[in-house]
Amino acid sequence: MEKVVIKDSGYRLKKATILRTKNLTRNEKFFEIALKDGSSLDHEPGQFIMVSLLGIGESPISVCSSPSRRDSFDLCIRAVGKVTRRLHTLKKGDEIGIRGPYGRGFPVNIITGNDLLIIAGGLGIAPLRSLITYVLDNRRDFGKVHILFGCKEPKEMLFSDELEQWSQRTDLHYACTVDPEWAGNVGVITTLIPGVDIEPLRTFAAVVGPPVMYTFVIKELLKKGIPKRQILLSFERNMACGNGKCGHCQIQNLYVCQDGPVFNYEQIKNLSEAF
Amino acid sequence: MEDTQYVVLKKDRFEEFIAALSSMQKLVAPVAKGFGAYAFEEVTSADPIALNYIPTILPLKKYFMPQRETLLEFTLDRRSHAEAVVEYEPLTIFGAHTCDLAGIQCLNMVFSERPKDYNYLLRKGTITLIGLECNDYCDEYASCHLVHASFPSGGYDLLFTDLGDYFMVHINTVSGDRIVRTAGLCEGAGSAHMNELRSLRDRKRTVFRNEVPIKTKLIPELFDAVFGARVWDNLNERCLACGNCTNVCPTCYCFNIKDELDLTLARGIRYRVWDSCQLEPFARVAGGINFRKERSARQRHRYYRKFRYPVDRFARFFCTGCGRCTRACMADISLKETLSELIKESEERVWKKWL
Repeated sequence: MEKVVIKDSGYRLKKATILRTKNLTRNEKFFEIALKDGSSLDHEPGQFIMVSLLGIGESPISVCSSPSRRDSFDLCIRAVGKVTRRLHTLKKGDEIGIRGPYGRGFPVNIITGNDLLIIAGGLGIAPLRSLITYVLDNRRDFGKVHILFGCKEPKEMLFSDELEQWSQRTDLHYACTVDPEWAGNVGVITTLIPGVDIEPLRTFAAVVGPPVMYTFVIKELLKKGIPKRQILLSFERNMACGNGKCGHCQIQNLYVCQDGPVFNYEQIKNLSEAF
Repeated sequence: MEDTQYVVLKKDRFEEFIAALSSMQKLVAPVAKGFGAYAFEEVTSADPIALNYIPTILPLKKYFMPQRETLLEFTLDRRSHAEAVVEYEPLTIFGAHTCDLAGIQCLNMVFSERPKDYNYLLRKGTITLIGLECNDYCDEYASCHLVHASFPSGGYDLLFTDLGDYFMVHINTVSGDRIVRTAGLCEGAGSAHMNELRSLRDRKRTVFRNEVPIKTKLIPELFDAVFGARVWDNLNERCLACGNCTNVCPTCYCFNIKDELDLTLARGIRYRVWDSCQLEPFARVAGGINFRKERSARQRHRYYRKFRYPVDRFARFFCTGCGRCTRACMADISLKETLSELIKESEERVWKKWL
């Protein structure tokens, strides 16, 4: 058996350093990361990377910062598997490997000039934070921007200080709901949609949340009259390669890692495995 | 032109030819393993080679994407370091049937699609492929004609066709030509030889017929109509989710990636290993949700990955009709039967619509 080292392997890792960490909740931790060679990750809002810990494995994680910040990027990681649990033990200065960015993010160029209705459920705020911060960095290019956020309980609210800042801004409409025992809006996120004042034909909706949320939110958005093509959804699937080969992330004929993770509803409305 | 593309190898020189091949680089060929089963394994002489064989237990993908292959080698000392590697072994494969050649053509398309998989592509470049035409069906499980794999259509360096006391050898590439020249055992093909090849192909056209009652070009339409068919529920009851069908499939290439440390805990590898969409955890995410929980959904996924999804992506079927999935199934799930049942159920639906 012969062996060669190859530079253009799809599995080659880029070294990255953790600049800062912060516990967001009991289960979710925030990481600010920079590539070791000083280059920019150069991602699009909504894209993901493979985070690698040698000897443990890899995990697909959405980038949650705006690409307009070039020298570092953010990840928000929930400890659910062996890689993510180990990631939670890392601190400032530790080194990780990354591959990517992968997939198609939110089509920000196409959204430009339209209104935007952002709907986040729970951890869904993480990939949407890359879109929200990108929009805020380029606020003039977009029309009205609405952010609806829902989570199970107040203590599970991620980025609460940023959410608080967004709620204060005059160039955003922000609304939030949690399950009972909370002073604000109470109930599932779909209850917020009918009250939002939008111009459906020039509105793009960007939705990220747990799978169970999609069916109900889509129904409400269609009731509002938003065209199917303008409803953008990001999907989470099991992934091993990120290169559209290993097969784990397939939704029927689509590979979430390459064709997604962001799809418009028109693309996937007939795919029963999507919901 | 035709004369230089075809040469003749007399059967009494076959042994010498195989010896010459094996002296050039490692040679593998189909060998009888007992119980009517065959496997590709290393040979150094013509003796063990089975010229008349049913598809081997594992297809040729075991050489192109080994069951387990290293992707990264790393060290975990203070300065941890990882390098992407490709392992390969120059190899000549002798005796590949047209179904298996078609299987490699499918894998070539998958791994050449961007982002390219250089582990596969680099290894593929070191493998020489010599085909062996099927003059007749191997057994009743084959459905190669349905998917246009019963006749040769490229994918080889040399193709052998058994014409009685000699092999007709089609030279398809310069590396095939080099082998023929180096061995120096073949002679030019005359018009009598060409006529015999032609009449074999004519005879084959009467032997090979669509094994399932459907026109090949209508298969995608069939699959568009049967996503919700009862046939899948029936498979749910029978399938054991063992993954045999995908392991032996020449075009199933799904894999998982894993890390492994050696005993020093200071060095390790990241490797990929065959995985199967038929296994329960395949589409399960870390949070516990499984997007293809039912065996019916997993079996349906397998069939759609053979007959529907690749039609859009690669303009061909990813079934080569080799019949391995049927031979290997412990629950006797038959590809030909499943297709026939799908046809029957879709016809029922059409009738119901009109009555």
